[in-house]
Amino acid sequence: MTTEVAHAVEGNAHDPMHQFEINPIKHFDLFGYDISFTNSALMMVVAAVIIPAFLVYAMRHRALVPSRIQSVAELTYEYIANMVRDVIGEDGMKYFPWIFTLFMFILTLNMLGMIPGNFTSTSHIVVTFALAAMVWLAATGIGFAKHGFGYLKLFLPEGVPWWLMPVIVPIEIISYLIRPISHSVRLFANMMAGHTMLKVFAGFAVTLPWWGKIAPAGFMVAFTGLEFLVAFLQALVFTLLTCIYINDAVNMHH
Amino acid sequence: MDPQAAKLIGAGLACTALIGAGIGIGNIFGNYLSAAMRNPSAAPGQFTNLLIGFALAEATGLFGLVMAFIILGK
Repeated sequence: MTTEVAHAVEGNAHDPMHQFEINPIKHFDLFGYDISFTNSALMMVVAAVIIPAFLVYAMRHRALVPSRIQSVAELTYEYIANMVRDVIGEDGMKYFPWIFTLFMFILTLNMLGMIPGNFTSTSHIVVTFALAAMVWLAATGIGFAKHGFGYLKLFLPEGVPWWLMPVIVPIEIISYLIRPISHSVRLFANMMAGHTMLKVFAGFAVTLPWWGKIAPAGFMVAFTGLEFLVAFLQALVFTLLTCIYINDAVNMHH
Repeated sequence: MDPQAAKLIGAGLACTALIGAGIGIGNIFGNYLSAAMRNPSAAPGQFTNLLIGFALAEATGLFGLVMAFIILGK
């Protein structure tokens, strides 16, 4: 009996999907809904604490010649600010605080997930879909607030012959409606697939005899580096697509 | 056929969508690099377009991967 339990626990720990399990830390109930404080929520709280703490600490001297840590804070700020100016233009800067927050939040969650044993909140579609749905709703709201019902012209691209309209308009509408899905699935699938692959190769490195461990272990080292790149790149891509969707709503040139 | 076997084969077939994503991403980065070699001064200005193309090419393949996850999770 005990060996069976031990085997089940061990089998569970080797399962590559085990790392994505959500475990409640403190249980809460609200009107019959389960709103427990989970390990996913804990990671998001940690990210929300780390980001302002890092930025305030890095900028505490406000030196004209920045120190190394101040350079990091200024570089991230400048990079996203330039992206917003390039894509949306100067009047997009009023959305900059929100876009910068999104970038820092996703980047910090991705990087926290790269610490071995930590939970990756962005590997759950519920988290990324909430972020993407917020972007989509906000972009749609901005579009209608700025252009009124003229915003619907987004679905009528210029220079298309009239007889193609019955085909183009439904395609445009579907591609607009599918945006929050593709936006969230991209981030979630990348994080989940990357972490699963690392875990599968970690399983090889643990279970194979000594002569078989070397190749998977070397592969793990290389792919951990690649995963850091993916963690950064996907945060950047999410932010860039947010800028593009807001640009569609603000400037409307299609 | 055993339903479990059919499920696993289906998940494997759904993952073939990633072939297209691989070809697309390779195309984008390869063409960006060859263009950047010809005109290095224009390369940084196209980095945003590079990322957009990368994101769009990747998304189509990832839909297939998510299908595989859904099939396996059922």
